Amino acid sequence: MTIAKGDPAQTPGSATGPAARPATRRSHVPNDGTVEAAAIERARKGMLHDGRDLKRTRIGADVLCEALLRQGVDVFFSYPGGVILPLYDILGDYPELRHVLVRHEQGGAHAADGYARVTGRVGVCMGTSGPGATNLVTGIGTALLDSVPIVAITGNVPGALIGKDAFQEIDINGITLPMTKHNYLVRDADELPRVIAEAFHIARTGRPGPVHIDITKDALQQETRATHPTEAQVIAGLPGFRPNMDGHPRQLKLAAAEIAAARRPVILAGHGILHAEAWDELVAFAEKTQIPVAWTLLGIGVIDETHPLAYGYMGMHGWKHVNRAIQSADLLIAIGMRFDDRVTGNVRTYAPYARIVHADIDPAEIGKNVAVEVPIVGDAKRVLRSLTGLVATVDPATRTDYLAQLAEWKTESVASSWHGSGAWRDGLLSADYVIERIGELSDHQATYVADVGQNQMWLARYTGFRNPNSHVSSGGLGTMGFSVPAAMGAALGRPDRETWAITGDGGFQMTFQELMTLVADHIPVKIALLDNKKLGMIRQWQEIIYAGNYHSSNLPGPDFAKLADAFGIPAFRAQTPADVDVAIRAAQAVDGPALIWFEIAEEQNIFPMMPAGKGLSDLIEKWGGADE
Amino acid sequence: MSESSGGWPRGVQPPTSESENRSHVDASANGTAPVPAHSVPPPRALPGGGETRRHVLVAVVLNKPGVLNRVASLMRARNFNIDSLAVSHTDSEDVSRMTITLHGDDVAVEQAAKQLYRLIDVLKVQDVTSEPTVQQELALIKVRATDSSRAEVLKLVELSRGRVVDLADGSVIVEVTGTESEVDAFVALVRTYGIKELVRTGAVVMARGSGSIEEAIKR
Repeated sequence: MTIAKGDPAQTPGSATGPAARPATRRSHVPNDGTVEAAAIERARKGMLHDGRDLKRTRIGADVLCEALLRQGVDVFFSYPGGVILPLYDILGDYPELRHVLVRHEQGGAHAADGYARVTGRVGVCMGTSGPGATNLVTGIGTALLDSVPIVAITGNVPGALIGKDAFQEIDINGITLPMTKHNYLVRDADELPRVIAEAFHIARTGRPGPVHIDITKDALQQETRATHPTEAQVIAGLPGFRPNMDGHPRQLKLAAAEIAAARRPVILAGHGILHAEAWDELVAFAEKTQIPVAWTLLGIGVIDETHPLAYGYMGMHGWKHVNRAIQSADLLIAIGMRFDDRVTGNVRTYAPYARIVHADIDPAEIGKNVAVEVPIVGDAKRVLRSLTGLVATVDPATRTDYLAQLAEWKTESVASSWHGSGAWRDGLLSADYVIERIGELSDHQATYVADVGQNQMWLARYTGFRNPNSHVSSGGLGTMGFSVPAAMGAALGRPDRETWAITGDGGFQMTFQELMTLVADHIPVKIALLDNKKLGMIRQWQEIIYAGNYHSSNLPGPDFAKLADAFGIPAFRAQTPADVDVAIRAAQAVDGPALIWFEIAEEQNIFPMMPAGKGLSDLIEKWGGADE
Repeated sequence: MSESSGGWPRGVQPPTSESENRSHVDASANGTAPVPAHSVPPPRALPGGGETRRHVLVAVVLNKPGVLNRVASLMRARNFNIDSLAVSHTDSEDVSRMTITLHGDDVAVEQAAKQLYRLIDVLKVQDVTSEPTVQQELALIKVRATDSSRAEVLKLVELSRGRVVDLADGSVIVEVTGTESEVDAFVALVRTYGIKELVRTGAVVMARGSGSIEEAIKR
């Protein structure tokens, strides 16, 4: 095998020797008018070069760009490095591919994730070998746990150097193997069209997820005539990947019978409904059967929260009334959710009166965490459509008592932990109020990107979501530092909406290098920094579960206004409830990124809280003072 | 049928006995008594928790680089311990067949099979534990055989329908095939003479009858 030395002249298949080359950048192209040039021109016309006249041979990196364009990619997030430079060498020939130069590969992976979540399309991020690739890993893991379709592409050392501990060589394929839906190592450019098409197909089909493609440097440089496959060819080449889309008719009938018999049913709506774009089908089903809808963290947005049947967010920091409804339900209809431990708490005490209908596209999710009575394997949209056809229309009058009781519980619970005055104790700024104002002043029409911790829970509870795919949150992996880079991708995916990143001071300090990307690429993300000078959720656990033993939860931060200023980002500061609206409006008026530094109460907790190992009926609602 | 009250836990008698739990026994039709404060529902059953036994999974996979790693990595990550694993390609060079034996309850092993299905390169997984199968395993055992014990060892090999494949000064290598338990029994038998080396292939399994897991994939 030829060792590519990084000089394009050494590319295998180069038509002429070094002596024939003129001293131009694309020096491996023979002079115009020579026999060699004519031969190349003929060959090039015979290739599928997607109609471009590049005046040079088509190399693996070209195939990559062509394939991305064929997949409808308009933007990707990347950082250059030694072995991925062949791509950067030709990227200028593909102006339709917007390249966003992130400041850290992790930011690129989260940005691709945020882009994918708001658009429903596949997000793309890239990095070089070694540290570039390992920096992507946290983002790939985040996408795996939340089933987000991204394709991560890394360069690798030339094929002949693999396994030789070359500079910046790491077995990234081995690292991403257990944390991707599928991964590839490509050492031959002729494989690239097939592999990239397969990767996109796998990432978005069935239960979505991340796919990683590792491409050796010599494959990126290698001349190739390989043609791009059709979608049918891709599917035929993946005999082991045939997700079951339609629910089994017998199971659907059983589910319909359960629904007809239930007196206190609750729908548990999850991320799968957003993936399947089944929000209209969900509402139609809920309305026909008059069943209230509860949602998981990642299911936020499946139904307009002002809809009469929209009941609320469930789980560890979910609404008490929602958890109460689940605990007293006689039937749970779970669609596209996976009974995560943050949703169920202790499974032994979970929904003790309920039978469970569980529909998911991934058969492995059914019966994994809880035993269910009626499993349905299928796509949320098709399952909901079929179910709606099978169930009888329920007269709301027959559910009057049930729905009235739920409404009573809701009124009680919503009022209990809410600080409408904007002040927590001693006039200190209350975080729930800040979130509520952001929701209100953005007309509930923005994209809201959460970080991880208390800020994430306040956001989930108090924003008031109206639209699908308007909430972005790292649910499964709980990746601190997610919000700013993910908001970057979300803003590029949905430029028609305002984009808010809601972050704590802890998460913000993990990835704020991307502020420079926001500035350099004019990405208008509004950042709401909820600064309690603490790792708030850690502090809360230490207060309540570890007997007040505060270790390392105190988190001194910089002067965030000066920090933003150093990046050229306008910053606004809010320390009292009166400052909140002013600061939000000021940030909204900025044409470009802006930051609001909310100095919130340092010791405010998020309630209710289900302690780990306890059940949904064991919520802690107050701690310490009565004015929580 | 309309509800007579707001329902559990305030207005309706919930099912209390184990048998009624989580069934649609119509508690609301006549039950108007409030729930007693001490009423505690029985705990929800966790998936699995059944009797642990040996399972045999047959996985037919695409013969691609790294497929063995994918299967092994998945079993490790999902907390399954593989007892034995035998891999080779089938009559088709592109398709490999793995015989995986592991211990677990039925639900846990079903979960393992479903997780295997998530791998893109896995074509088919079948739990053949409860089916009539032919199971064979091969073992090579280097048994200590001195001048005084050699005759006894050779007699045992003969009686157990094993085969001596190497004779040396002080030891013999014995080849035995059979089910896992037959091989176990022979190993136990010769252990008293001293086992210098032991290697086993792990079980390979095929379902009896004319049905074919490989043909099922091609269809």
